[in-house]
Amino acid sequence: MTALAVHPVPGAEGGPPDDADEARAVGRKRSTPYLLLLPAGVWLIIFFAVPLVFLLSQSLQTGSLTTGYALTWNFSIYPEAIAQYSEQLIRSLVYAASATVLALLIAYPLAYTIAFRAGRWRNLLLVLVIAPFLTSFLIRTLAWQNILATDGPVTGALQALGVTDLLRGIGLIDGNKLLGTPLAVVTGLTYNFLPFMTLPLYASLERIDPRLHEAAGDLYSTPWTGFRKVTLPLSMPGVVAGTLLTFIPAAGDYINSQLLGSPSTTMIGQVVSGQFLRVLDYPTAAALSVVLMLTILALVTVYVRRSGTEELL
Amino acid sequence: MTATVPRATTVPAAKPPAARPPRRGPVRWLREHLVPIAAALAFCYMLLPNVVVVLFSFNNPTGRYNYTWQEFSLDAWKDPCGPAGICDSLGLSLRIGVVSTLLATALGTLAAFAMARHRYRGRSTTNVLVFLPMATPEVVMGSSLLTLFVNLRVPLGATTILIAHIMFCISFVIVTVKARIAGLDPRLEQAAMDLYANERQTFMKVTLPLVAPGILAAALLSFALSFDDYIITNFTASASSVTFPMYVWGTASRGTPVQINVVGTVMFLLALSAVGIGQLVSMRSRKRAAR
Repeated sequence: MTALAVHPVPGAEGGPPDDADEARAVGRKRSTPYLLLLPAGVWLIIFFAVPLVFLLSQSLQTGSLTTGYALTWNFSIYPEAIAQYSEQLIRSLVYAASATVLALLIAYPLAYTIAFRAGRWRNLLLVLVIAPFLTSFLIRTLAWQNILATDGPVTGALQALGVTDLLRGIGLIDGNKLLGTPLAVVTGLTYNFLPFMTLPLYASLERIDPRLHEAAGDLYSTPWTGFRKVTLPLSMPGVVAGTLLTFIPAAGDYINSQLLGSPSTTMIGQVVSGQFLRVLDYPTAAALSVVLMLTILALVTVYVRRSGTEELL
Repeated sequence: MTATVPRATTVPAAKPPAARPPRRGPVRWLREHLVPIAAALAFCYMLLPNVVVVLFSFNNPTGRYNYTWQEFSLDAWKDPCGPAGICDSLGLSLRIGVVSTLLATALGTLAAFAMARHRYRGRSTTNVLVFLPMATPEVVMGSSLLTLFVNLRVPLGATTILIAHIMFCISFVIVTVKARIAGLDPRLEQAAMDLYANERQTFMKVTLPLVAPGILAAALLSFALSFDDYIITNFTASASSVTFPMYVWGTASRGTPVQINVVGTVMFLLALSAVGIGQLVSMRSRKRAAR
């Protein structure tokens, strides 16, 4: 008891002795946190926040790269750019959403197996999830070109199994080609962002006490009901984090649509980079960039709100 | 007593179903193992491209395109710097990767300590500032940096690439190191202080060694992010500063040399051993801690 009184229980929130201890552990000066934050904070403000202001301003300027730009508050660029590229914008969101749903369906059993069924193989399996994705994104996307190539083994196997006919029936591909179709782009997107889905899912599943499964079983729930009423709700933070980490980069990505797609699968990222780096139409490109960011922010806000209320229900 | 009676009567009735499973064996086995089978298929999907990369590094393509398997050859492995520009771009990527890792890890670690250990005004603002770069599509970050540099007449090149890489690595470093600090047992530091260590000694001998694995993980992640980035790099680079991903992108349209697969294979093996060693070390220390 006396020991407890002298050394307050750590981790207990509040409590003046704990505060004093914490202050002692890290230095008393009030300026310390600001000094520690200063370099990183300044870097992020100058090279992340300020450029976004420049981007917004650029979108409202008129002129050209050679004659120079002047800020004319040209808001009409927004409806014009949206009208001209709405197809690519919507396509990007649809592809990203499809890839997110597919990644969730693929990653959930994967994360579940690693968290609950892997036993002593758990660490090895985690290495196998992380390591491939530390290898060049571009080289791996180019490997999908090999895999999906018309005379490649996958195309042959799918054709033999009748899958190609099925896909053509649904209208996902035309002819016998896989490469250059929306299907190839979504396959690549799903693949590229799979670890961003798997790792948050794993982190939230790993925290679930396995005894809860046993309790559900003891109370006569079937494995499926047990999953639906116990595991799935408890893993929701992982589902939300994983879907966000997949959807956001996928919506802006253009590597997959460029390397695995065709002109008919152009995504908004390709338009933005093309306008900036080849066409040199900075205002339109900047406006599209702003629209992309605002669209994603709006969708993410609605999604987080909704998943928050669902959790409460 | 009464409970045992129906039990005894159900035993013979329960026998026939017990004998049945072998007959519907495959279906039942499949149903019971559905989740691990799905996981195994997911692993195949995840590893297939890496297998293809390794396999095609031993290919001897007839044309410019390394698409179809021709014959086994070690040519690319014997001459990894063969194609013009490949090793220059690798060198630039390595240099940018090392410098941006060092700076981002240093800046991010300082900020992580402030965010995990201090109470200060403006916490929520710093949280948003750290979170936003991770939630912004790369095209948006790249294009906004390009407008900044063009408007301020900053010449594009290795320096602007470096600035961009440090920017997007910092957030990942902060999140990784912060998680490690938050997971520390505060009693260890209190014990050090009780044993008359001063603040400096406590930090150097207790806190820092305990946070070090998190800092190392953050550094590895930074290097991987920097070395692999194409989209933001492409916006902030000039024609004379070609990183390895830019080189790969450039060759994609006119036929990739086999040497790219050699580099991909080496990267895969290095990443595999780095992550594997990391896991081994953390397993060992956990075992030691448990003892």
